[in-house]
Amino acid sequence: MKRSWSIDRKFWPLLITVSLFVLLYIYGIIQYRGFSSPQVFFNLLVDNAFLMITSIGMTFVILSGGIDLSVGAVIAFTGVLSAWLLNHFGLSPAIVIPLMLLMGVVFGATMGAIIEFFKVQPFIVTLAGMFFARGMSFVISTQAQTISDPFYRTIGLYRIHLWGKSFISANVVIVAIVLIAAIYLAHFTRFGRTVYAIGGNEQSALLMGLPVRRTKILIYTLNGFCSTLAGVVFSIYMLSGHGLYVSGLELDAIASVVIGGTQLTGGVGYVIGTVFGVLIQGLIQTIIMFQGTLSSWWTKIAVGALTLIFIGVQSIIYSSKRKRMASAQRVATATTTAPAAPATAGD
Amino acid sequence: MQTNELLVMQGIHKTFPGVHALAAVDFTLRAGEIHALMGENGAGKSTLIKVLTGVEHHDAGHILLNGSEINAKSPHHAQSLGISTVYQEVNLCTNLSVAENILLGREPRRAGSIDWGAMNARARELLTWLDVDVDVRRSVGEYPVAVQQMVAISRALDIDAKVLILDEPTSSLTTLETEKLFAVLRRLKEQGIGIIFITHFLNQVYAVADRITVLRNGKLVGTYDAKALPRYQLVELMIGRELEELEDLGGLKKHFEPAPGQAPVLEAKNLGQVGTLEPLNIKLYAGEVLGMAGLLGSGRTETANLLFGVDDADSGTLAVGGKVEPNPGPLASIQRGLGYCPEDRKADGVVGALTVRENIVLALQASRGWFNYLDPRKQTEIANKMIQMLQISTPGPEQLMKNLSGGNQQKVILARWLATEPDVLILDEPTRGIDVGTKAEIQKLVLSLANEGKGCIFISSELDEVLRTSHRVMIMRDRKLVAELQGEDMNEQSIMEAIAGTGVSTEDTAAAAPQHAVAAGSAR
Ligand SMILES: Nc1ncnc2c1ncn2[C@@H]1O[C@H](COP(=O)(O)OP(=O)(O)OP(=O)(O)O)[C@@H](O)[C@H]1O
Ligand SMILES: [Mg+2]
Repeated sequence: MKRSWSIDRKFWPLLITVSLFVLLYIYGIIQYRGFSSPQVFFNLLVDNAFLMITSIGMTFVILSGGIDLSVGAVIAFTGVLSAWLLNHFGLSPAIVIPLMLLMGVVFGATMGAIIEFFKVQPFIVTLAGMFFARGMSFVISTQAQTISDPFYRTIGLYRIHLWGKSFISANVVIVAIVLIAAIYLAHFTRFGRTVYAIGGNEQSALLMGLPVRRTKILIYTLNGFCSTLAGVVFSIYMLSGHGLYVSGLELDAIASVVIGGTQLTGGVGYVIGTVFGVLIQGLIQTIIMFQGTLSSWWTKIAVGALTLIFIGVQSIIYSSKRKRMASAQRVATATTTAPAAPATAGD
Repeated sequence: MQTNELLVMQGIHKTFPGVHALAAVDFTLRAGEIHALMGENGAGKSTLIKVLTGVEHHDAGHILLNGSEINAKSPHHAQSLGISTVYQEVNLCTNLSVAENILLGREPRRAGSIDWGAMNARARELLTWLDVDVDVRRSVGEYPVAVQQMVAISRALDIDAKVLILDEPTSSLTTLETEKLFAVLRRLKEQGIGIIFITHFLNQVYAVADRITVLRNGKLVGTYDAKALPRYQLVELMIGRELEELEDLGGLKKHFEPAPGQAPVLEAKNLGQVGTLEPLNIKLYAGEVLGMAGLLGSGRTETANLLFGVDDADSGTLAVGGKVEPNPGPLASIQRGLGYCPEDRKADGVVGALTVRENIVLALQASRGWFNYLDPRKQTEIANKMIQMLQISTPGPEQLMKNLSGGNQQKVILARWLATEPDVLILDEPTRGIDVGTKAEIQKLVLSLANEGKGCIFISSELDEVLRTSHRVMIMRDRKLVAELQGEDMNEQSIMEAIAGTGVSTEDTAAAAPQHAVAAGSAR
């Protein structure tokens, strides 16, 4: 059997993302003094930990062909609610944190169930979820509340020292755990594979006898969990909560997923790509900071442009599939019409 | 034969808006039998399967499995009850690997996590049952429809089922592949599994089926022992009229010879694409039907794609009506007077969310340009004419395309190209999935178009169909035009030889003789 030596096309977007990150990083090092300090890189992780967590959750939603606009609002709400519970009621973080996570699970599962049972567009349902969560934040408090809980402060200010003077925060460790769990979930569980199947062709997944309904509800549940976890991480990072925080963050998360090479229509993409999607956004921000004279809004413009470019790249890769299919067809028919030769495909 | 009733469906009713798809249908499946479900396009075969497997829900009636009433809520549920199904259209996730498509939902696991090595090995093993040799780790979307169909079948075979359902599983398969499938089916039958098999190929029915149930217009005609039901009678039961009128093409096929000095309406010179198709010459005259035969993957579809401008040729020229144009796209081709009914209707043709009328006028509208809007009354008129001419079974032109039965969707695609009134019509497997009655109608239609002075290229895997309709036959092998036969020389034997690379053709006998006979298994 003829085996193609080239890298499978489905990896191309991921490769482009990783290369872009590396190029930007090298550019920064060449252009700016002090950029090569390892701490510059670790700060990317420290400052974007919450965005990474929520983007990882978003990856599953987008892989299944859905969308979730509520995550930014849920993060803000988690911050406000935790601050309120900690400050006003003196509840222990050991109660507040699990409570927040449980809230995310319930919130996500509810949205998922509405999407599935009432056949409403995820866009609409999660938009409503977004308004609800933002609104509730202001019902609790219109002011920013500082979190003075000692546990939060200790964790928030704790530095895990690596070599030299560089360090990371505890939040980065949480990101690492979430990332590993997410990769495992995506590639080594039936849930994960069903997510890809649904994104590839929902009707087929249904006819193949896969538990489509349950899986879709679980996807939004998972994302609800991730967004409240991101909310907890964010409150630890900010040590305060406010309904105005992280407005529009859902769009950053979606942009990260797309820049990370996941196809917006679902079915194709990798969790690790999303991490690079976040890192690229952070890197652009850092470069603009080092540059010094540009307004930080240029970050948004750059990210917007990148998102567009990536959607463009994907559609080019996708549309040239036709030709590839024609060539694959030749190989395949040659092999199927051959008598049962020993399978050459190894592992 | 055992008479234990494995599955009993009683008084099944199913209505869709405007269609009484199933009316009081009874159906019994015994353990250890292969039961063919037959009927014209739109008779309700697929609907019966969908009701049984929880894709649709019946309005009335009972379904008993092993004596106890079941009511499948979803295909997932049906599978857990022991009913494994291959639905009519190939339903796979093209973004996932071959192995995953076979084992999705049943992946081998080790300590709770998917064991990819075991999964790929298992998939390979299942595919060897059907003698398919593909890289199971590649995306299934990279492979042609025939392979996809085999993958879908393998998936169903692996499910530990009491009932196995195959809805037109062989439409894209060659005879040899079909034989392998049948061998597997017979083995499963021995093990006491009940198998429901739907097809429009009568040969295949008689090759494997023990009993036959016939549906017509959503009603049960009856269930018969296959041995006791002669073929002509089966056709009569299906179409509800005499077979005779189908038999001949009503003298439509006349002798054809280009008039002296007549210029070809389509002429390809050295047309080719590196790696896809070796340069070939084609001359098609107005009034002629040019058949194209060859195995799957022999380059028939590739030729059609080049002629219609779906793919760009990298050598040679193509003249339509004497005018050469370099690399026209499909739109330009339509405007030049070409029509192309593609092979893979699901991927290339059917727009499920549009109505039948919209699907029919699609190509016509495109050729006029989007600002030259076709009068709605005119659209309806064209649609109605086509619905009548091709006997498309639909409540009306405003029905959504996705609600049509598989065979009727195929007819709509054909209608789309007929509506453009092309000078040259390229048909790639136009009768796939179409019932016996309509098959003959389509063959007649092609011949009458030729008699009206159109040129037609007719691609089909069914040899007798090619022979019946064509004046001349081109034979493709290994992406090369290897022979052209006409008149006396054109018969089943000579075509088979050319396809196999023995006899007629002189060159390239080194190419391994194909292990396949051609799919000659049509109705008649
Ligand atoms: N979802 C639906 N909505 C409306 N009508 C439908 C729907 N599904 C099927 N039908 C109609 O029910 C009838 C039976 O369709 P079905 O698909 O069962 O036919 P079939 O016997 O499988 O035909 P074929 O040989 O073409 O596959 C057809 O008239 C079809 O248009
Ligand atoms: Mg059908």
